[in-house]
Amino acid sequence: MTILVQFAIGLLFGLGLIVSGMSNPAKVLNFLDLGGIPAGTWDASLAFVMAGAVAVTFVGFRHVLKLAHPFFAERFHVPTRSDIDPKIIVGPAIFGIGWGLAGFCPGPALTSLGFGSTSAVIFVAAMCAGMVLARFIAQLPSTTRVAAPVHPLES
Amino acid sequence: MVTTTFTPIASLFGGALIGLSAVLLMWATGRIAGVSGIAARLFPPYEDGEFAGRLVFVAGLIAAPVLVRLVTGSLPAQTIAAGTPVLIVAGLLTGFGAVWGSGCTSGHGVCGLSRLSVRSLVATITFMATGVATVFVIRHWS
Repeated sequence: MTILVQFAIGLLFGLGLIVSGMSNPAKVLNFLDLGGIPAGTWDASLAFVMAGAVAVTFVGFRHVLKLAHPFFAERFHVPTRSDIDPKIIVGPAIFGIGWGLAGFCPGPALTSLGFGSTSAVIFVAAMCAGMVLARFIAQLPSTTRVAAPVHPLES
Repeated sequence: MVTTTFTPIASLFGGALIGLSAVLLMWATGRIAGVSGIAARLFPPYEDGEFAGRLVFVAGLIAAPVLVRLVTGSLPAQTIAAGTPVLIVAGLLTGFGAVWGSGCTSGHGVCGLSRLSVRSLVATITFMATGVATVFVIRHWS
């Protein structure tokens, strides 16, 4: 039952990406292209995707997180850190360069696999390699690095 | 470059569906709908027993266009301009950076901002800035 529900939730996420236009890298790149504003080629759609998503999530989380526990689990796993360490700037900086190069972030890239796109397969394979590499490095003993996170994926 | 049409209504509605999905995942499993975190944990080392749930979430993402094609008979336009070398470099940077920075557009940009997380705000501003800078260099720095 839990499995079916999680599949449906992933499906809904993917439908949102397609309906919003975010599954099209050209649309993402045209949003990031602020230099295209004078020529009129800037596509502001992504700002509306963010607005719609954040508005619903902001209200929804407020209600859901008041519950004693999730429907299928014992407790909520909500990140609690608030410190600004180098990784929270370096990671997103690297991520943004990759995003700007191809117009893919992880969600739309995975959804694009269902479009039957060979380019998406290549991107996703490289993306997974990058993820595995980052987790491997984060778990190395921190003899030379000052701050090794306990859980590299917790935000 | 390919010009695209400004779609405020469809994008707002699609964004709301993404938000609804994030809220439902929190309601059902108590987890943040961060696609990079979910995808990265499909690979070892495994820290908990929630592999199957993550796998079917990703399967749902991939099944969405299949469902759209079955129901409507077609798929919306998709233009991927990048060639293979760029796709490989971009994929590596995107995957590495998302894990190194504890999240991507969904985990930080949608869920984190909705929780008013300072770390997610810093992350979102940073990847927006380097994304804009990257496109600017590629398209206008010549």
